[in-house]
Amino acid sequence: MTASDLLPTLGRVALSNLRGMGRSAFFLVEMLKQLPPTLLRFHLVAAQIHAIGNRSLVIIAASGLAVGFVLALQGYYTLSRYGAAESLGLMVALSLVRELGPVVTGLLFAGRAGTSLTAEIGLMKAGEQLAAMEMMAVDPKGRVLAPRFLAGIIAMPLLAAIFSAVGILGGYVVGVLMLGIDPGAFWSQMQSGVDVWDDVGNGVIKSVVFGVACTFVALYQGYEAAATPEGVAQATTRTVVVSSLAVLGLDFVLTALMFSAPH
Amino acid sequence: MGRKAMETLVGGFVLLGTLAVVFLALKAANLTSFNAGPTYTLTASFDNIGGLKVRAPVKSAGVTVGRVTAISLDPKTFQGTVTMQLDQRMQFPDDTSAKILTAGLLGDQYLGLEPGGSDQNLNDGGRIKMTQSAVVLENLIGQFLYNRAAEGGAEKK
Repeated sequence: MTASDLLPTLGRVALSNLRGMGRSAFFLVEMLKQLPPTLLRFHLVAAQIHAIGNRSLVIIAASGLAVGFVLALQGYYTLSRYGAAESLGLMVALSLVRELGPVVTGLLFAGRAGTSLTAEIGLMKAGEQLAAMEMMAVDPKGRVLAPRFLAGIIAMPLLAAIFSAVGILGGYVVGVLMLGIDPGAFWSQMQSGVDVWDDVGNGVIKSVVFGVACTFVALYQGYEAAATPEGVAQATTRTVVVSSLAVLGLDFVLTALMFSAPH
Repeated sequence: MGRKAMETLVGGFVLLGTLAVVFLALKAANLTSFNAGPTYTLTASFDNIGGLKVRAPVKSAGVTVGRVTAISLDPKTFQGTVTMQLDQRMQFPDDTSAKILTAGLLGDQYLGLEPGGSDQNLNDGGRIKMTQSAVVLENLIGQFLYNRAAEGGAEKK
């Protein structure tokens, strides 16, 4: 590439990226328009919730337990330096409910469910199934994509709640049963410090937003994948990268909106 | 997989997720602490509400009997008006006094009610007449320094 090619190449890349962003915006609008009719065909959504939600349960629960264990261990060592070891329950619960539950579940969801969605849609495209549906006057967006979109939005908050709940129980196992913190202090400090609407509610809102973002990215990447094996592989990689960055970026924005303004 | 089996599994997953949310709301957070039951509203005016926030607890003898629901500035008297909701089962006499106290030394502030001896009780919409403002640390320090300076001056004489 010579120097004189640099500027046109830059322009081409920038324009193609902008066009891609515009296409993805249209795609999102199409998805949202297809949601009401999809609610009427809920058996399609239920099948997808099984594929996205049920199949993710093991990894979400196991990760939640592990994160709860580690939070309790690390938190105990730091808190006991200031004589605040009794607040371990509060620390574990707030960390999980506000941040780690939605974010880690979002990252795991992007990796597990997002890649399977992208691969499935990409392979459908490569096998010309989507084109065949259009030939039969069946809109693939409504029949194939919208149920998966709705299923992702439903499954994500449930998975995040399971992650947080299992994590708190894991924190209880390590903190009370292994490290010897008083169980009464563990739960009562937590209950007085965690607010239902400000903490649990905001965590649920975050997980819904992450669910929309991850599912949308996964479906879009699958829909736009090149109809070859390499194309599908690249699309799945892009899904994980873009979803993860989106989750982390949105988390920062949402945290700034929800938790920094004093009420 | 048969459709019935799959629907059962999905139902189980949704149930599990809902139970997790309910567990978080009840066991991890403070949903059950007060919200159930009928309440009535009282107001009180303070010269300085200090760090009192909406949703701060209202306690009598250390037991939570209500929550602060609104704080506003009265444009005529320039006093802070605190509106609170109390549990209907707790009736207070109309010479009850309200103080803004701090939980612990530097903790969150809450409203403390001390019942008086009157026969009449406060009704819904009633006003607590005797109030004591919050202790403002800066005023306290200023007072302390002023006293020390006054003592020092008196000793020299």
